[in-house]
Amino acid sequence: MVETNQKVEPSISQMLEWYRQMALIRQFETRCSQSYQQQKIGGFCHLYNGQEAVAVGSIAAVRPTDYVITAYRDHGHAIARGMDIRSLFAELYGKKTGCSHGKGGSMHFFDVSKNFFGGHAIVGAHVPLAVGLGWAAKYRKEDRVVLCYFGDGAMNQGSLHEAFNLAGLFKLPVIFMVENNGYGMGTHLHRHSAVTDLKLRSGDAFGIPGKDVDGMDCTAMYKMILSAADYCRQGNGAIFLDVKTYRYRGHSMSDPQKYRTKEEVGRYQEHDPIGRLEKQLRDAGALDDAKVQAINEEIHNQVEQAHAVADADPYPDAAEVWQDIYSNPYGPYQA
Amino acid sequence: MPVIQFREALNQAMCEEMQRDPDVFLMGEEVAEYDGAYKVSQGMLAKFGPMRVVDAPISESGFAGLGIGAAMVGMRPIIEFMTFSFSLVAFDQVVNNAPKVRHMSGGQVKVPIVFRGISGPGQQLAATHSWTVDALYTHVPGLKVVIPSTPYDAKGLLKTAIRDDDAVIFLENESMYGNRGEVPEEEYTIPFGKADIKRAGKDCTVVAWGKTCLTALAAAEQLHKDHGIDVEVLDLRTLRPMDTEAIFASVRKTGYCITVEEGYPTCGIGAEIAAIVQENCLDSLDNAVVRIASLDVPMPYSKPLLQHVVPDAARVAEGIKKAIYFKG
Ligand SMILES: Cc1ncc(C[n+]2csc(CCOP(=O)(O)OP(=O)(O)O)c2C)c(N)n1
Ligand SMILES: [Mg+2]
Repeated sequence: MVETNQKVEPSISQMLEWYRQMALIRQFETRCSQSYQQQKIGGFCHLYNGQEAVAVGSIAAVRPTDYVITAYRDHGHAIARGMDIRSLFAELYGKKTGCSHGKGGSMHFFDVSKNFFGGHAIVGAHVPLAVGLGWAAKYRKEDRVVLCYFGDGAMNQGSLHEAFNLAGLFKLPVIFMVENNGYGMGTHLHRHSAVTDLKLRSGDAFGIPGKDVDGMDCTAMYKMILSAADYCRQGNGAIFLDVKTYRYRGHSMSDPQKYRTKEEVGRYQEHDPIGRLEKQLRDAGALDDAKVQAINEEIHNQVEQAHAVADADPYPDAAEVWQDIYSNPYGPYQA
Repeated sequence: MPVIQFREALNQAMCEEMQRDPDVFLMGEEVAEYDGAYKVSQGMLAKFGPMRVVDAPISESGFAGLGIGAAMVGMRPIIEFMTFSFSLVAFDQVVNNAPKVRHMSGGQVKVPIVFRGISGPGQQLAATHSWTVDALYTHVPGLKVVIPSTPYDAKGLLKTAIRDDDAVIFLENESMYGNRGEVPEEEYTIPFGKADIKRAGKDCTVVAWGKTCLTALAAAEQLHKDHGIDVEVLDLRTLRPMDTEAIFASVRKTGYCITVEEGYPTCGIGAEIAAIVQENCLDSLDNAVVRIASLDVPMPYSKPLLQHVVPDAARVAEGIKKAIYFKG
């Protein structure tokens, strides 16, 4: 189906940018886990460590006009989409300056100016929304594709399969990506999915071509999405990608991880997406120890500064609870 | 008498009923190998094996329906929703199939099923994960809705729910799982439709259920200490059937009625109680019924905003003072 286009070899400067973005995501998440421990972050917080190449490689391959929508493990996508990390920290800390004004938290990052439509916490529930974004693009004859991410656990939601059928039926320009990290919470793919080759449960069944891709390889992601987006832009309809990846941290911040061994995590870390790209760049002479250190120090400062600013930002006023509900706000009923 | 946690009381109720009746099984997300997302089903997989304590994929509509189907032929499923916020993905199964198959078959088919899990705003989980579903489900004829406030009540009511021949919504609260209370070793059950006076008082009646009983009790103690106000706290324990006689008897005694809920005021349980109290106790009322509820807004993530939205003991105390014209 989708042929990888030979012209798409990324340049060194592109790859350096991806390296930077992935390192930024990793350090952002480190700060999040500290801030969570310090109780600056409440609610559920799902970290993206290990999966960075999925968001970075795929978002690098599309245009700012394309739509992006994802589940609650959304920090990496937001950063890859270029959202200001101060507004992300501020959201996590429940501040007025947060990207969703403190209403959404970790699971609900939004930035419509970047065509980033969330951050959605009900498993699978945003997949029909992705199809709606695709429908609007097709209806208006706009040259846009939709990047829609969800987890392997989400493959078991009914609404997702309804959405696939609609996308197949109406030939909508949606790239469905299952970020297949092997677990839905503590349940391994083999214990939650009757068939573990996820393409068979999706794409083919609905006339949507399906492919596997190595989600720990940023370049592979980039190339795959370039050709998938081409396919969609030509009006062929949707694409399904089984993106093989792995999360290093627990499902959320409160997960004792009894369902897997440290050795298992270690095996995946040997293929770390950041380490792999770093090696490629070193081999190409674009990185050395000093440059790696300089980049990471710069990112560290950027993260710490954004965190400090957000930490000092004000909370929303109590009256804010009445905002952002209707287009014409009306006051509370008072007895 | 042994003192145990709320979650242990629920665990005991399920284990005892599973020992008693081989048709009882538990299904839900992470209930087996993970021991439950909130450890309510801890140790049950080891005790009963994987056919009776079953990890389900994230398919709420599917496994809620599976439970209903099994109940239609006489099994007694306990379906755990990780939270009732996720039951909304299965809303059609819960509000159509579970409560209406009996009716639409002219009484031929019964559906003895329990849907249980947490409900309520929780710790900053934002709008979709913070549902208080009391009113949503109490609205539905054919469903029974149970919401205990103590470990003792939790155990007795859950056993009744499992033995009941109808579909029961059993509402728990994450923040209460660690609460401790006395639970006797010997067998007991608690009937549906029987409210319980958690604090006797003569000055006013506060009607509460589930977590808001604890909030109301805290407010009552504070008012007693500060002003000598003597509040009666009536714990409904089941919202459908509702022990309306107990409400009326208390209101006729005190002359004032205040309701406390974490759900919304609009079409809430408090609104229903206000209606039936004025229909039945108008002559005894010295003021209009006062409803205390969450503000009528989606639950915000930000901590200070959330604290502003959900009623706490201080807001309940203020509401009580207002209701009884207390100045000072
Ligand atoms: C409808 C619904 N059911 C259950 C949950 C609770 N929950 C949140 S994340 C999750 C696991 C999802 O796993 P997966 O889709 O593989 O995504 P991952 O966390 O691995 O990124 C569960 C069960 C939810 N948010 N929504
Ligand atoms: Mg997963």
